[in-house]
Amino acid sequence: MTKKIEAIIREEKLEDVKNALHKIGIVGMNTFEVRGHGRQGGITLSGRNGSYQVDMLPRVQINIILSDHNVEKTIQTIREAATTGKIGDGLIFIYPVSQVVRIRTGERGHEALMYPDDIDAKRVSGGEEVNVAVGMELDNFFTE
Amino acid sequence: MPEINSGDTAWVLISTALVLVMTPALAFFYGGMVRRKNVLSTLNLSFITIALISIQWVLFGYSLAFGKGFGSLLGGFSFLGLQGVGAAPNPDYAATIPHLAFAAFQMMFAIITPALITGAFVERVRFKTYLLFTLLWATLVYDPVAHWVWGAGGFLRQLGALDFAGGTVVHVLAGFSALAFALVIGARKGYGKAPMEPHNIPFTVLGAGLLWMGWFGFNGGSALAANGIAVNALVTTNTAAAAAALSWMFISWRDNKPSVLGVVTGAVVGLVAITPAAGYVTPASAIVIGAVAAPISYSCIKLRKKMNLDESLDVWACHGMGGTWGALATGIFATKLVNPSGANGLLAGNPGQLLIQAAAVTVSILFAFGMTFVIAQILRRAVGLRVTSNEEEVGLDISEHGEPAYA
Repeated sequence: MTKKIEAIIREEKLEDVKNALHKIGIVGMNTFEVRGHGRQGGITLSGRNGSYQVDMLPRVQINIILSDHNVEKTIQTIREAATTGKIGDGLIFIYPVSQVVRIRTGERGHEALMYPDDIDAKRVSGGEEVNVAVGMELDNFFTE
Repeated sequence: MPEINSGDTAWVLISTALVLVMTPALAFFYGGMVRRKNVLSTLNLSFITIALISIQWVLFGYSLAFGKGFGSLLGGFSFLGLQGVGAAPNPDYAATIPHLAFAAFQMMFAIITPALITGAFVERVRFKTYLLFTLLWATLVYDPVAHWVWGAGGFLRQLGALDFAGGTVVHVLAGFSALAFALVIGARKGYGKAPMEPHNIPFTVLGAGLLWMGWFGFNGGSALAANGIAVNALVTTNTAAAAAALSWMFISWRDNKPSVLGVVTGAVVGLVAITPAAGYVTPASAIVIGAVAAPISYSCIKLRKKMNLDESLDVWACHGMGGTWGALATGIFATKLVNPSGANGLLAGNPGQLLIQAAAVTVSILFAFGMTFVIAQILRRAVGLRVTSNEEEVGLDISEHGEPAYA
């Protein structure tokens, strides 16, 4: 079974969360800049002459599609990296995903989610440090 | 009493305005290169310097740099509050324009120099500390060296060192002070691990273009007259910037692709390098000065990165080393055919000039680095140089100013 994790975190924690996820082998993700508020309401900012109230605060949303058995570990990792203990640390949502198709190859389901050195490969290799590939050649931007 | 020339006065007034615009231009040049959470902070470091140093200059800065009374190492108290600096010319500096026009023109140089240094410590400096630093630095570093090089009776001026528009006073001082400050404040959080990509390169391109234009006032205005030397300075300035932009483009092309950030950085480096030479060398020499400046700064950036030193926006590599090259190049290429009141350089058969230039630049480097290192250490202990780690993560726009740049 495939799941989607939608995590809304503080902008400044993105780097920490991304690194922590890379360490456990979550190598694919999408991020979005979002605005909103939960229970904390808003924040007071300073302007030209005194202050003003803003109620929609900037946050980052991370989307990850992964296999069921990796969800718990991923949630723990995000929580550990994104927590400051203050109001406004964010939320994590989990959804079921009915199908995944990789456009380039046509692979479906679990196959379409696999990358070299990903979280499942690490499980097999016994958790030893694997380097996550960072940076592809500029040439990969072009299709011909 | 010497007569005021209206053409000269008009040109110096226009040049004053052109040099003023260079500081907001620099703000955008730097602002584009930082992360979006620090852009307002970075813009403000330059902008507030206009306000701060304008007041410092009127109260005592001009007097310390260009006044009399303390000998060859520092000006004096003779022009405190710009007293006695008015419509009458001061032949020590410019015989055909009001003394006050000269003081105003010089004010803009005093403003941009500390603003240049901000590139070393953007994205982590405490604003309060920056204000203190700039006031101390302008008073203890800029004003004395401006006196050495340009002041009546200044010791480097008496030695015969040539610095047409501030290659040493502005760029070498800023560059090596930036290096010292960067060593004391330390790297940005996550430097070398997290990507720190420039958030708005169009800002940087815009800033560089306005700097290029403003530099016509910076160098052309330094003739302090609307004459042939001003024209020469304007043409050599444009030529060196062009040569350096092309030169940088080719180097970065060889390494990867011709980066736009590289091209505009190259132009600025060319402008830096021609600054001390602009009124003393020919346009043909300016091509060489600009073309050589680019590989020097380019390799200094590589060296700086290899040493893992977070001198964030490369003030040292671009202004410090570009300025050093420019000061030495003045001693190589200067010719009295361009400017009879200048001197001949190495190629015109006067190798001694190159030695004088080297001596002047060495003294300035040691003074700038040493003084800035001490000032930064004192401020680090007394008030702290950096924001807290969490404030740095959130960004200085919110943590120092309570304002996001982009709604």
